[in-house]
Amino acid sequence: MDSTMIIIGLAGVFAAAAPVIFAVMGETISERAGVINLSMNGTILLSAMGGFAVSVRTESLPLGFLAGMLIGAAVALIVAFSSITLKQSQVAVGFVLALVCRDLSYFLGNPFMGLAGPRLPAWSIAGLSEIPVIGTLFFRHDLMTYLSFVVIFLSWLWIFRTHPGLMLQGIGERPAAAFVRGANVNLMRYVYTVLGGAIIGLAGPTYSLSVKAGWKGTISGLDGIGWIALAITIFGGWNPLRAAFGAYLFALLQWLGLVLQPSLPNIPSQVLQVAPFPLMILTLLLVNIGDAEWVERTLASLPEPTRRFLARAFRAMRASPPAALGTPFETQ
Amino acid sequence: MKAMITKNSRWVNFGFQIAALLLALLFTTLILVAAGAPPLEAYKNIIIGSVGSFKKFSDVLVSWVPLLLVSAGLLVTFAAGLWNIGVEGQITLGAIGTTWALRELQDTSLPPSLIIFLAIIAGMAGGALWAMLAGALKTFGGVNEIFGGLGLNFVATALTIYLIFGPWKRPGVASMSGTVPFDAALHLSLIPGLRLSPWALVIAIVAIVFVFFLLQGTYFGLRLKAVGKNLRAAYLLGVPTWQYIMLSFLICGALAGVAGAMQVTAVYYRLIPAISSGYGYLGLMVAMLVNYQAIWAAPVALFFAALNIGSIQLPIVLKLDSSLSGVLQGMLVLFVLIVEGIRQRLSKRS
Amino acid sequence: MKVELRAIHKYFGNNHANNDITLTIPSGTIQGILGENGAGKSTLMKILSGFIHADAGEILLDDKPVTISSPADAIRHGIGMLHQDPLDFPSMSVLDNFMLGHPEGLFPNRSVVTREFKNLAQRLEFSIDPDSYVDSLTVGERQQLEILRLLWLGARVLILDEPTTGISASQKEKLFLTLINKLAVQGMTIIFVSHKLEDVEILSDSIAVFRQGKVVGEAKRPFNTDQLVEMMFGKNISPGPRQAMSQEKSVLCLDGVSIEDVRLRIQNVNLEIRAGEVIGLAGLEGSGQGAFLRACSGLMRPVAGHVKLDDRDLTGKSYHVFKRHGVEFLPAARLEEGLVPGLTLAEHFLLAEKQNGVFIDRERGRNLAEERIKSFNIKGRPVSPIESLSGGNQQRALLSLLRDPLSLVLIEHPTRGLDIESVIYIWGKLKERCKQGAAIVFISSDLEEILQYSDRVLVFFSGKLSQPLDASKTTVEQLGQLIGGKGWAS
Repeated sequence: MDSTMIIIGLAGVFAAAAPVIFAVMGETISERAGVINLSMNGTILLSAMGGFAVSVRTESLPLGFLAGMLIGAAVALIVAFSSITLKQSQVAVGFVLALVCRDLSYFLGNPFMGLAGPRLPAWSIAGLSEIPVIGTLFFRHDLMTYLSFVVIFLSWLWIFRTHPGLMLQGIGERPAAAFVRGANVNLMRYVYTVLGGAIIGLAGPTYSLSVKAGWKGTISGLDGIGWIALAITIFGGWNPLRAAFGAYLFALLQWLGLVLQPSLPNIPSQVLQVAPFPLMILTLLLVNIGDAEWVERTLASLPEPTRRFLARAFRAMRASPPAALGTPFETQ
Repeated sequence: MKAMITKNSRWVNFGFQIAALLLALLFTTLILVAAGAPPLEAYKNIIIGSVGSFKKFSDVLVSWVPLLLVSAGLLVTFAAGLWNIGVEGQITLGAIGTTWALRELQDTSLPPSLIIFLAIIAGMAGGALWAMLAGALKTFGGVNEIFGGLGLNFVATALTIYLIFGPWKRPGVASMSGTVPFDAALHLSLIPGLRLSPWALVIAIVAIVFVFFLLQGTYFGLRLKAVGKNLRAAYLLGVPTWQYIMLSFLICGALAGVAGAMQVTAVYYRLIPAISSGYGYLGLMVAMLVNYQAIWAAPVALFFAALNIGSIQLPIVLKLDSSLSGVLQGMLVLFVLIVEGIRQRLSKRS
Repeated sequence: MKVELRAIHKYFGNNHANNDITLTIPSGTIQGILGENGAGKSTLMKILSGFIHADAGEILLDDKPVTISSPADAIRHGIGMLHQDPLDFPSMSVLDNFMLGHPEGLFPNRSVVTREFKNLAQRLEFSIDPDSYVDSLTVGERQQLEILRLLWLGARVLILDEPTTGISASQKEKLFLTLINKLAVQGMTIIFVSHKLEDVEILSDSIAVFRQGKVVGEAKRPFNTDQLVEMMFGKNISPGPRQAMSQEKSVLCLDGVSIEDVRLRIQNVNLEIRAGEVIGLAGLEGSGQGAFLRACSGLMRPVAGHVKLDDRDLTGKSYHVFKRHGVEFLPAARLEEGLVPGLTLAEHFLLAEKQNGVFIDRERGRNLAEERIKSFNIKGRPVSPIESLSGGNQQRALLSLLRDPLSLVLIEHPTRGLDIESVIYIWGKLKERCKQGAAIVFISSDLEEILQYSDRVLVFFSGKLSQPLDASKTTVEQLGQLIGGKGWAS
């Protein structure tokens, strides 16, 4: 394999990862506000089908993507309403929606199976695409891949570099303190969950109108992507940049799996596909290990300076997830 | 309104449940209309496809078996306050355990019924161990069982595929249709002419009865419920909490493992990639729908199984996708949750 | 800014938390607010800082009536509150915490804000690194950060709620100097809420004492401590007749025990508790009694020393081991920690008793429940779900779950929120246990209860333990002083 093919392959990784990027960014935003949207797997399938169907019927690509966004936002709205206003478990509602939306996508998508639909055209950026290496890697993609780069940047910028973003961090971390500083916590949670859902809703059409064009129902290979995106979100530590890294890493591993397939005939590609999950479990382990009772007990029996040091180290590692994730917020 | 809700609670609650059912039906009907399909025809076909003939109904029972086993197991973990999303992987590991045992023992001189029995035990062990892994991650590592279970589900699937394409592959070309089918002697015997194994049915019914009595009638069940409702108080009252959590994972995993064993010995006779067939997630929905009360698990699971089998008609007769059953099932659970939330909100207004 | 409260009333259900509160605080002064837990101080401060709304009454700032609808609204009016546990964001940086919530436009200008932060910090002589993370700061430093933030937002009234709990002596000194020399002098009105007599006396220009929802008295410099204590705790009630203390065997022995909690450290406790005696733990909440009680039960492990039960060294063992040796712990939060909502009364008894066999004997459970219902006078039936019982009956139920026999009963707030009849009844039952040889250690914020029922009293203040006091020879005033932090040998 020569260097040109490697560069083209890597460029392909960026493009293939674009839908996952959308899903992960949307979920990160939603979880930063304190709401888990467990319906991702279903939302992606439903928005993929819906976007494709609308696109075929109206022969318009933009409308297809818009439909995907609206579907994602609608599902997220149900999650938000059930958990914020009705105070039901976010896990229960999200989980059920994951299954329902998946089945809905298969059922309603049936007539569209195998149809040919519009495809997102490639769009090399004039001038920039001529730069050796960088040009091929970043500037010879289609609109949605460019948009995925932009979404990463905007998410990072919003959360970490703006005042409203700072408040978003606050809401997820300690809603009571955010409330004291003037935030309408529950309204903000609605807004960010629905916004996150809309961004997740871009993932599906990016598959069905670009990366894996068409709608193939149960063999579309999209079932499971949502759960993988969830794992990457956690691995990403609720930080857009790190989450993007995780998404690209996953896509890279998939590509490597394909490339190395001939030399390792015994290991099927699916094995590499599960890589995000051990990573996610490892992340969660590291984050939570300081809290376990047996750890506290062992700490108590250690000599003073060691105990202080370790206790502080554990407290520092705990910092990652928004502390108020999943918990409802009520004022007096 | 509030007085009405709190005073005549039983009837009002029932009313809310009916409302949820009607809403689910309404929504599903709308979906059918949106898909351009005649709703009444669709429902008629589902009914015919599930209870229209004795043979069809026996197919429903075949599907009922794993679903009932899994739902029974999940009632135990839900009693302990756990979201055992990893149950899907526990079914898979049960199937893997069973397949392994059958492969090891199939060429020995042991009588076939003993081999099958040992294989089912191996399935139980497989499921139980996988569940305890999720439990250990939670108890000792603080990893929420939702994410731990989810991760382990995917690892289980990868493991299955690895085995099917690797050490256990068919001679010649490895195929997605699974491992080499087991000899007919190692199949769980079926009722002639049907696909149903009476043994499997008995095992499933025994399981739900066992779980019912475990939760309602034993001290273990009472303590488990205390753990699920108030961990701190249960500990102060003397319940060894983390041990009980691990035990509930063990029981659920064992039952899920039996479901996996049933899939191998009574349905597919081999290990296939999607051996768990979504029964884990479906079982979670059954448990949610019956509000974690064992007494309703059997009929609701039967209803869900009937929907699944009945909707197989839809592609054949009406050119619709059979996922409609999943839509109705999911909508039921969703509306029950929403209606419950509305009911709680209304009764809080003071 | 001058603050005036006129006829403020606030009800929580039947609890008249603030009863006709009228108070005037001139601009640039330090107003001390003294009172026990539950006296109504926090409620009033929550009203003033916009967390909750008064049911009646007026608030005037600089003689103009205002409505404060939310905490953000309060700061807009210039009222800033420093909470006992500062409401900050531990995982975020100091600078982010400082900036968060400032209404300033889309993009924060970090260099400008850093400069303003450093200037402000310098003016008050605080040294906090703006790039460090809040969870690495001490409580004192977090307070300083919050003061800086409130100042930056233009606060002209600063409410400090129990600020000296959990900070070091030097930080306290620094805080006081800041308040007096830097803030009050510049016209800032300061409201200092505390139960610590000495601190309030040092700082305040004027003190208002709260008790049971009312302002029972005001005082101006110079302050008379006895008078303040009397206003805080009420007149002395001579302790009732008590049984002679038994000189029996030792049940629990604490030998050089040190306990460490998130906020405080209790050092080197040596104590022997004898069979049949009652020990009352007095002190305001958060002074260490809770941690102490948990250490006696195995719920908390001491970082030094030995805990011996009947000559058996059980240091470091879990609560369940202590339980097996006859120790039981009853928490204060009945429904959150002691009982299981969703289970019936009978089921609680089934849980608590020793179980015979695998299957539940429901009849036995019902009989046991009926028996206990009668003997503890619980208003409920065996099949009543526990959450349907009233508070008093829940407490009776909690007590009735205690097994027989026991060597040591550890109770947090046995009669909190109960009517007088329940109090007497419950103590009757507890004293019966003492006759059978059980020792009782309890926490209470009711000084009269402490003196009435204890044989010996231990007072806690900021992690320090007093020597055991003979309850029959101690007055309410003496207790009050110790609780407020006065009269301790340094």
